[in-house]
Amino acid sequence: MEAIAQKIREAAKKLLSEGKVDVVIGYAKGSVPMREYPYFAYTPEEAENLTWSSFCCNNLALYTIRRPGRMAVVAQGCVSRNLVNLINENQIKRENLYVIGLNSPGMVDRRKVQALFPGKTITEVIEEPEHLLVKGQGFEERIERKKFLRSNCLTCVQRNPVISDELIGQAGPEGHGGNIDNVAAPWEKLIPAERWAEMQETFKDCIRCYACRDACPLCYCYVCFVDEAQPQWCAKSQDEADVMTFHLLRAFHCAGRCTDCGTCESACPQGIKMRRLTSKIEKDIRELYGYRPGMEIGAQPPMSLFKPNDPQDFIK
Amino acid sequence: MSHKILAKDKLDAFLQGLCRDQDLFAPVMKDGKVGWAPVTTAAEALWEFSNSELSPKDFFFPQTECMMRFKNVQGDPQGMIMQAEPALNKPRVLLNIRPCDAKAFQVLDMIFVQDEMTNDLYWRDKREKTTLIGLACNDPCPTCFCTTVGSNPHGTTGLDVLLTDIGDKLVAESFTAKGEALLKELPEVTRQDLFQAGELKKAAEAKITSGVAVDKINAATVMELYDAPLWDRVMESCLNCGTCTFCCPTCHCFDIQDETQGEAGRRVRNWDYCMSWLFTMHGTGHNPRGTKKDRVRQRFMHKFKYIPVKRGGEIGCVGCGRCVQLCPVNIDVRKVVNDMNA
Repeated sequence: MEAIAQKIREAAKKLLSEGKVDVVIGYAKGSVPMREYPYFAYTPEEAENLTWSSFCCNNLALYTIRRPGRMAVVAQGCVSRNLVNLINENQIKRENLYVIGLNSPGMVDRRKVQALFPGKTITEVIEEPEHLLVKGQGFEERIERKKFLRSNCLTCVQRNPVISDELIGQAGPEGHGGNIDNVAAPWEKLIPAERWAEMQETFKDCIRCYACRDACPLCYCYVCFVDEAQPQWCAKSQDEADVMTFHLLRAFHCAGRCTDCGTCESACPQGIKMRRLTSKIEKDIRELYGYRPGMEIGAQPPMSLFKPNDPQDFIK
Repeated sequence: MSHKILAKDKLDAFLQGLCRDQDLFAPVMKDGKVGWAPVTTAAEALWEFSNSELSPKDFFFPQTECMMRFKNVQGDPQGMIMQAEPALNKPRVLLNIRPCDAKAFQVLDMIFVQDEMTNDLYWRDKREKTTLIGLACNDPCPTCFCTTVGSNPHGTTGLDVLLTDIGDKLVAESFTAKGEALLKELPEVTRQDLFQAGELKKAAEAKITSGVAVDKINAATVMELYDAPLWDRVMESCLNCGTCTFCCPTCHCFDIQDETQGEAGRRVRNWDYCMSWLFTMHGTGHNPRGTKKDRVRQRFMHKFKYIPVKRGGEIGCVGCGRCVQLCPVNIDVRKVVNDMNA
């Protein structure tokens, strides 16, 4: 990881010192373990703060939206797919973007690591090639990295960047062995009442902080439907109907656009598994329209396009 | 007021006494997370934990609270007239609350209950009917910084009773008549017990190694801080989500709305948050905090400048570190405040 981080820093320094971009958007080491954060380097000196680790969980494509000037973005597979999405949706211009691409090792779910040490405080996590050395107050344990990947990284199909102006390290393998259809499949077996019960259980802890929406590079509406006030479409209380309206409508708005980057789940302070919804939508779009979002510049998103031979069996 | 001893094998009897005429709540482990729930026995409650993931402020300031109800029928003599909601019908006890969270309620008392006119009966009713039994922190987290914002891992502010775990028993100290009454049947402490509790306090304080300094913030004018260049960098990664606000024990902003469904109507107040542009949006379309920078700045200025200026130096932060742990983009309040203080 450190070797990759060093190459990112070198690339960023070069871009900034040559004046090719105004800013390099990457990750910096967080002040708490397992929480790297989006970092904006404007000078070669600031580029020294860039890092790369198992905990780069924010989707940096978010920060390119409505940002003026030329910018470089550190982009693993999913981030690059969201950049392509934003280009296709006319939100950013390819010529203003410099993609520092790299193969994603798969990011680690800090909640899965924490679950190994219930009630204990982790004070440091040290990266090793295949392992993480987890240290805390009165304990130290070496864990196998790949067993603690975020669930979306386990089912990832695109670890390499789909666009890049510069590749850091080598292009690597795709996939981590998981199958996203297995996340979606349980829904399909349920009758509607059971499905509703499952959704209630999934979202019962939601506090409507909207971290999932605000971290998502698809959610760039000037006014989100839950923030519409004249008239107000969705009430503000913790009533289940309002909470569910938010999550269900947001998921539908992401149909044919979600790259399964997992930033919503990583951002959620309550550990809610939004992918239970989005995985089903991803599967439907893929099976009905043969489409994976963000794979190709110029591709036309199926939800924005009508074709006479579109599948219509679901219209009853 | 008094120092007593609560043996761990007598906890269930003590809790039974608490439950007799009151609802008893404590931090419990649920789905791998520490949260608050009703308990009746000592085994259900947590006695070794850092803190609940979210603050217990919703016991007094629920995320959604119905304030009044009305019949939504124009022209009906009973229509559109607000009816008061019943007050809390049973007293409550919060057991094993951490001193930082109890201190937060004392800060919020100053805001919700100021004088005759600013006197929030919803907050006050629940506060007056709730007893707080604290559990001293013997093992603060690396994200804790309470000692630098006027709180303490063994702090007593806002508590009726503080329990200190000294091994096979707890030292129980009361600070109010309510607390005194709860402890009256318990045996007296020995000097050795008190000495041990004192040593644990010193050790806990020593474990808090990070903090904030506010001396220069106090000396600076509001406008100097407001116009400081640091906000341009602090706001960069901020998502403007509500995580920091909603997990915070002292954040207390709300929005009041009237909701109707058929003939049923209610006036409800919900948590709101300064990171949301909608929070300050005027009906005219003007927004006095129209940019992300304005909103991010507000949260830190409110806690570390506006509240101290208006409340006699009291800081609007108790150093619990929840926002440090939960912010999706690791905006660390300690760093921000130390930059403000630079």
